[in-house]
Amino acid sequence: MAVGLTLIFGVMRVVNFAHGDMMVWGMYLAFVLSTRAGIDPYVSFVVCAAALFVLGVAVQRGLVDRILAAPHEMQILLMLGVALVLENTALLAFGPEPARVRSPLARLTWDVGPLYVDVARLVTFGLAIVLTLALSLFLFHTERGRLIRAAADNPYGAMVIGTDVRRVYATAFGIGAACVGAAGALVSPILPFQPPTGLSLSVTSFNIVIIGGMGSLLGAFIGGLLVSVAESLGAVFLRPSLKELFSFSLLILILLLRPAGLFGRRAS
Amino acid sequence: MLRLDAVEAGYGDVMAARAVSLEVRAGEIVALIGSNGAGKTTTLRAIAGLLPLRGGSVELEGRRLSGLGPAAVVAAGIAHVPEGRQLFPTMTVRENLELGARTAAGRARRAETLTRVFELFPRLAERLGQLAGTLSGGEQQMVAIGRALMARPRLLMLDEPSLGLAPVVVGAIFANLTAINRDGLTILLVEQNVLRALRCSHRAYVLENGTITLAGDSATLLADERIKRAYLGR
Repeated sequence: MAVGLTLIFGVMRVVNFAHGDMMVWGMYLAFVLSTRAGIDPYVSFVVCAAALFVLGVAVQRGLVDRILAAPHEMQILLMLGVALVLENTALLAFGPEPARVRSPLARLTWDVGPLYVDVARLVTFGLAIVLTLALSLFLFHTERGRLIRAAADNPYGAMVIGTDVRRVYATAFGIGAACVGAAGALVSPILPFQPPTGLSLSVTSFNIVIIGGMGSLLGAFIGGLLVSVAESLGAVFLRPSLKELFSFSLLILILLLRPAGLFGRRAS
Repeated sequence: MLRLDAVEAGYGDVMAARAVSLEVRAGEIVALIGSNGAGKTTTLRAIAGLLPLRGGSVELEGRRLSGLGPAAVVAAGIAHVPEGRQLFPTMTVRENLELGARTAAGRARRAETLTRVFELFPRLAERLGQLAGTLSGGEQQMVAIGRALMARPRLLMLDEPSLGLAPVVVGAIFANLTAINRDGLTILLVEQNVLRALRCSHRAYVLENGTITLAGDSATLLADERIKRAYLGR
């Protein structure tokens, strides 16, 4: 999830406030596919990623493209607007009750010595690693991926060498959205969700991206690990409802010590 | 080969190029000289499709380029080495060069062109894995020229290749331009360093306040009293 956000920010310098809501749509899509068609979310995440890719390209082409040159506060307003629309459409379509996707995997646990390992979480974790690796292979070893990095590095330079920068942006936004789509489907058996979940997901992913360093894929991945460990420890040692206290303390700590994030480049 | 007819272009209310007409013939090095703010960069950007034309027309080998975007202009055979080089600083030298080969011709002859770029700039072969942002100014200029050559253009446009470089490095860059021209590539050069530009080019145009005020053979212009007084400080 955070990997997708950091890709969109890193390439276009647009902060996608609709990120969490896109993820919730990924979750509902997995929910519909599971209840109507009986497809397990560990399979349907591919479909969810593809659907969100299309949504991401549409949002980029139809909306974000028009305000790329606009000041940041206008971009924030637009993305908040997209978030509101997505959230309320979900509310209209699925109602306010919390939903959860059932998967046979989610009920399995392994006993490894003194530990209980939740199989669903293990699979999700494994797939997240695979997806992050696949994304970085794409960005570093294919021409299209290199173009995305070039456009992120210097959009004017990319235009000079004859790149259709808008098309590159649409691909990048689509891939960013596809990442959350996949993430949404993959956590849907673990995490109960309802339409307003989007906001807290957005906040969590911002937290992760800021800790890891804006625009860094590795940072997003490590930041995700740190935040989840901080929250789990917080839930164990304090009360589960106070777990965010830990992750946000971590955020403040990182901002004090390394304002650019763990793997972020310093603004020049 | 390239013909500009009464080209007008500008930014906002400012019309930086007003009725610029010039011609570049195949095989030539043509210099476009003039002082700061005369409209040289604006003219190049208008040819490259990076700035919309407000009037006039641009033709390459009889084909109208006016109104085409930068991608179509590159595909038509014009490569642009912009002011400030505009490299991709966090990507390696090799990646920067290879990204230049985005045209059909560039793609087909990528390996061959890369070898030629290394012949021209042996320093780049040693720095292939280095990030472009960590190179010296002269090396960055070499990458920018190499990246443009990778597109296999028919016309190469350079905007202030000497800007911010040490005189020795500038000399080397201009020697390379002459070598590139001998390979058969036509060059349109924008330069504030008038002496260097006139010495390396066949013909030149002088741009003042957005219009061409003087044109002719570089050797003739080099001896012209007006040029001497205004640009060469003699």
